[in-house]
Amino acid sequence: MNAQRTPLSSEHERARAQMVNFSGWYMPVHYTSILDEARHVRKAVGLFDLCHMGRVRLSGEGYADLVDRLVTCKTRNMKTGVIRYAMLTREDGTTIDDVLVYREPDSIFLCINAGNRNRDLAWLRAHAAGTNVVVDDLSERFAMIALQGPKSVDVARKLCEGDPGAVKYYGFTVTTFCGMPNIMVSRTGYTGEDGYEFYFPAERAVDVWRALLEAGAPEGLRPIGLGARDTLRLEAGMPLFGHEIDDTTTPLEADLMWAVDLEKDFVGAAAIRDLAARGTPRRLVGFKLAGKRVPRFGYVVYDGDLAIGEVRSGTFSPTLETNIGTAFVGTASADKKQLSLDLRGSREAIEIVPLPFYRRAR
Amino acid sequence: MIPNDRQYLESHEWAKKEGDLVVLGITDFAVKHLTDLVYIKLPAAGDQLKKGDRFGEIESVKAVSDLMSPVDGEVVEVNSELVDALDRVANDPYHAGWMVKVRAPSGISSMLDAAAYQKVTEADGH
Repeated sequence: MNAQRTPLSSEHERARAQMVNFSGWYMPVHYTSILDEARHVRKAVGLFDLCHMGRVRLSGEGYADLVDRLVTCKTRNMKTGVIRYAMLTREDGTTIDDVLVYREPDSIFLCINAGNRNRDLAWLRAHAAGTNVVVDDLSERFAMIALQGPKSVDVARKLCEGDPGAVKYYGFTVTTFCGMPNIMVSRTGYTGEDGYEFYFPAERAVDVWRALLEAGAPEGLRPIGLGARDTLRLEAGMPLFGHEIDDTTTPLEADLMWAVDLEKDFVGAAAIRDLAARGTPRRLVGFKLAGKRVPRFGYVVYDGDLAIGEVRSGTFSPTLETNIGTAFVGTASADKKQLSLDLRGSREAIEIVPLPFYRRAR
Repeated sequence: MIPNDRQYLESHEWAKKEGDLVVLGITDFAVKHLTDLVYIKLPAAGDQLKKGDRFGEIESVKAVSDLMSPVDGEVVEVNSELVDALDRVANDPYHAGWMVKVRAPSGISSMLDAAAYQKVTEADGH
């Protein structure tokens, strides 16, 4: 396999994880089973290798204006320590990537998708060309590990100086973590549970991975693969690039306008305003499907006898104990309560339901 | 351990001669790769199987896989209880998890023995 290894690939092999090529990276899909791992994160706590994701810092004169012009969310009123979800959009309003925007005192840090790393960097650098903004790709220098699940805070407290329980959801602090000073500890994640994401020097990845597993043993901390991560994020209604969003989708169609500030000017704003006024031809919906078979990407969705859309994600939900999925459907059908899909030659009814499928009690 | 009493396809099906019938199923390696089995579609008794063609489907949370027939012949018995008891495939793929019995006059040919199949799983491995 020619996929790129993370600093933790050998740890996954040692744990006998099943490895796959994900966006060009050699990653664990599961250690035990997808459903077993997903259930474990909902009730206890799990550890995720996210070293494949991209990490970029923008600084230097004009960085704040540049970022504000490239991301869809409001950034001007972000105080240090605040994180927001946003998209990078093109002039026509289509999506280049979805990102997390971290407001630092004199810079802005972005966490970007593994598969879009190179083109995001090219986009950022093209816009920074001729300015004094510095676009620093930290992806190789920094490791990234996520701790997710209701017991995350108990594990984080053992390894962080100060109280990580005091960090707000979608906030971060810079503190001593595993004996390393000035480490970014972020209360974020992609599972719908409480949790943290740690960014720290890549050469410490293996030590930190092992230290976390050891410290979290009393809470039942286990490594979790990308299979369960995908199941958990879908239950939580979080989009995945290549599925609910891609090169052809706008934030309007993907139901992500909560992450778009149409009052500011950013690349794509005019097109999105125009589309908002005219209406979009398709919309993202969530659905449930009875029966044993799992809905999968590309299955065709019908309204009566008319093909009106396609499935973008699907899984068996261990939390809801039913099959769930997302689909893009023609706007005229998006408010129907029931549609159907072609499940490998058999027509099955689907129930359209609001997203997310799962929301944790807080 | 991969049983020595039967033969294998690179696509992880096994075939075992039982009197004048051939029994078909999938290997433990296949089961471990699929994990979280949710659905199986098997042929009916009387269906004709053709060597190299699909005789059914097995689906896990992760993926749908075709079940490939290593023999030509007529299905004489189907383990239809598997439909509601996929744990038999998951936990005992070589015995309780058998799938179909086929009357295959030309028998089993050009399949792998246990040692050769073992090499396939190592190359595919972890």
